[in-house]
Amino acid sequence: MLIDFFLHLKENRLPVSIKEFLALLEALQQHVIEHSLDDFYVLSRAILVKDETHFDKFDRAFGEYFKGVEALPGMEALIPEEWLRQAVKKHLSDAECAKLEKLGWEKLMETFKKRLAEQKERHSGGSKWIGTGGTSPFGHGGTHPEGIRVGGKSENRSAVKVWEKREYRNLDDSVEIGTRNIKIALRRLRRFARQGAPEELDLEGTIAGTARNAGWLDLRLRPERHNAVKVLLFLDIGGSMDDHIRVCEELFSACHSEFKHLEYYYFHNCVYEYLWKDNRRRHSERIDTHDVLHRYGNDYKLIFVGDAAMSPYEILQPWGSVEYNNAEPGATWLRRLTDTWPHAIWLNPESEHAWQYRQSTSLIHNLMGGRMFPLTLDGLERGMRLLSK
Amino acid sequence: MRFSGSDKYVTTGDLTLAVNAAVTLQRPLLIKGEPGTGKTMLAEEVAAALGRPLFQWHIKSTTKAQQGLYEYDAVSRLRDSQLGEAKVADIGSYILKGVLWQAFECATPSVVLIDEIDKADIEFPNDLLRELDRMEFFVYETRQNVRARHRPAVFITSNNEKELPDAFLRRCFFHYIKFPDRETMKRIVDVHFPGLKPALLREALEVFFELREIPGLKKKPSTSELLDWLKLLLAEDIPPEALHSKDNKSAIPPLHGALLKNEQDVHLFERLIFMARQNR
Repeated sequence: MLIDFFLHLKENRLPVSIKEFLALLEALQQHVIEHSLDDFYVLSRAILVKDETHFDKFDRAFGEYFKGVEALPGMEALIPEEWLRQAVKKHLSDAECAKLEKLGWEKLMETFKKRLAEQKERHSGGSKWIGTGGTSPFGHGGTHPEGIRVGGKSENRSAVKVWEKREYRNLDDSVEIGTRNIKIALRRLRRFARQGAPEELDLEGTIAGTARNAGWLDLRLRPERHNAVKVLLFLDIGGSMDDHIRVCEELFSACHSEFKHLEYYYFHNCVYEYLWKDNRRRHSERIDTHDVLHRYGNDYKLIFVGDAAMSPYEILQPWGSVEYNNAEPGATWLRRLTDTWPHAIWLNPESEHAWQYRQSTSLIHNLMGGRMFPLTLDGLERGMRLLSK
Repeated sequence: MRFSGSDKYVTTGDLTLAVNAAVTLQRPLLIKGEPGTGKTMLAEEVAAALGRPLFQWHIKSTTKAQQGLYEYDAVSRLRDSQLGEAKVADIGSYILKGVLWQAFECATPSVVLIDEIDKADIEFPNDLLRELDRMEFFVYETRQNVRARHRPAVFITSNNEKELPDAFLRRCFFHYIKFPDRETMKRIVDVHFPGLKPALLREALEVFFELREIPGLKKKPSTSELLDWLKLLLAEDIPPEALHSKDNKSAIPPLHGALLKNEQDVHLFERLIFMARQNR
């Protein structure tokens, strides 16, 4: 029976291994827990799941398996939370409770789905609809003995299973991104090398040298180890990027402290023949992109940050820029940059689903050879992994 | 012998179960959770409750896995050799035992705490795979195999700063200490401040959980911060009414520096209060 459980978890794409499964069986054999499903839930979670971001997935898979029913259709989306907020609470006597008919699980689910489809408004009290405080089997805070709890917290205990609380929903696929998290992601790019003046004692070398000298001390020094990766950061600024200013600031400050060799330039929407380093004096202190192209060697890694939201003309047509007259289209400039620095990625603060709906985004996505990543922790990591290859 | 919390440490059911499973099956237990939820304390309390000696290994960014096993003090030996000391001939006198070696050697079953494993280099956990799995390692300098006399109960804490490798995770049990709810928090405070006036506790908890609800806080206050704050409140002898007076001037809770550790958070908090007042 537990083999099916294991395979079920695998099907739900939880990263479980045979070794862990055997450990679970061993734990059961040694009677770590009594015969309780709640304890089994905690035990199997501790042994099989090693990352709190998978807890939610595990909760759902566990619930499915032990109820033997299909996943609730779109549970998250269908019922707005405020319906379920505790509004009214009825207290029934035990006798009244017993009077409420006990539906079987299958029938309960069927009716639940049907009700979900019928119901369109918030409901509270009463004995049929999904909502709070009533005696209908659906919703929460109610007193039906075998109800399905939908959101909210348990009060009468009979309808409640821990794994249905979905407490770890927030931890799944965390989109929260802070300077510190960015730094950790950027660390993937670290490449240590020894360069410069030898001033650190090379212990191994000294010992080996001394041994070879038959015991006479032979001090060896070597240069200190430091992060030798070089990064060029091109930031889109102004216009539609104003919505993403906070996350860009965080990325920028993280990059600044993480890389010793960091050069940054600003552009607007797409790169053309001019870039600038100080946004307040962008018109007076422009830098020729050609100069930048020739200044940095091809061991630099190039990172664009921008939402790639613009008119397609700005990429494809000469004279297409919104700001000034460009003799060559943005695509040409972009190609020139990625040819000079082949290790290049584009970080996009817009969410990944939205890219396909914007023509300019797909264009840039193609120009970058698909190396566009969302500016989330996950995207950043994928990008850094690609850059460090 | 089962662990079930102690008079200084309040546990939830799932945590005790995870601890007991790990101790029974002699697997390492990996503990994660928000900072200040008592991850490090756990190992100390388990050791005390089970009456076992505790060996602590605090990890820093420069820590190497080898240091937990043993270190070969080559420099002392070099110096001694130039001075012509007699003990130079025995390489064993320059091998310094690490935390894991001491635990392996211990005559009784012990508890080992590997604290903040995510602070070390990315390869660090990989270098400990065999040591934690088989509880043995080889000392190359003396050609000696060190094997644990009793498999110690190993507790590993992590703050999620680095991802841990799969091979390592597969060998551990895992528990995520989630933030305590109001009831558990009450029990925790009771344990630390047995004589606390119920009124003060109620008001303080209310302020505390409200503070945690504020969206956009960089560092939410956690259990240890609440305990510090209560200590201060008691020391200053602040009456419960002062915490939650609805009157405008004192809307910011006294001594909030113990709860909010970040200047930006304090600003955000003050701004929210300012806005709330204007709406009135």
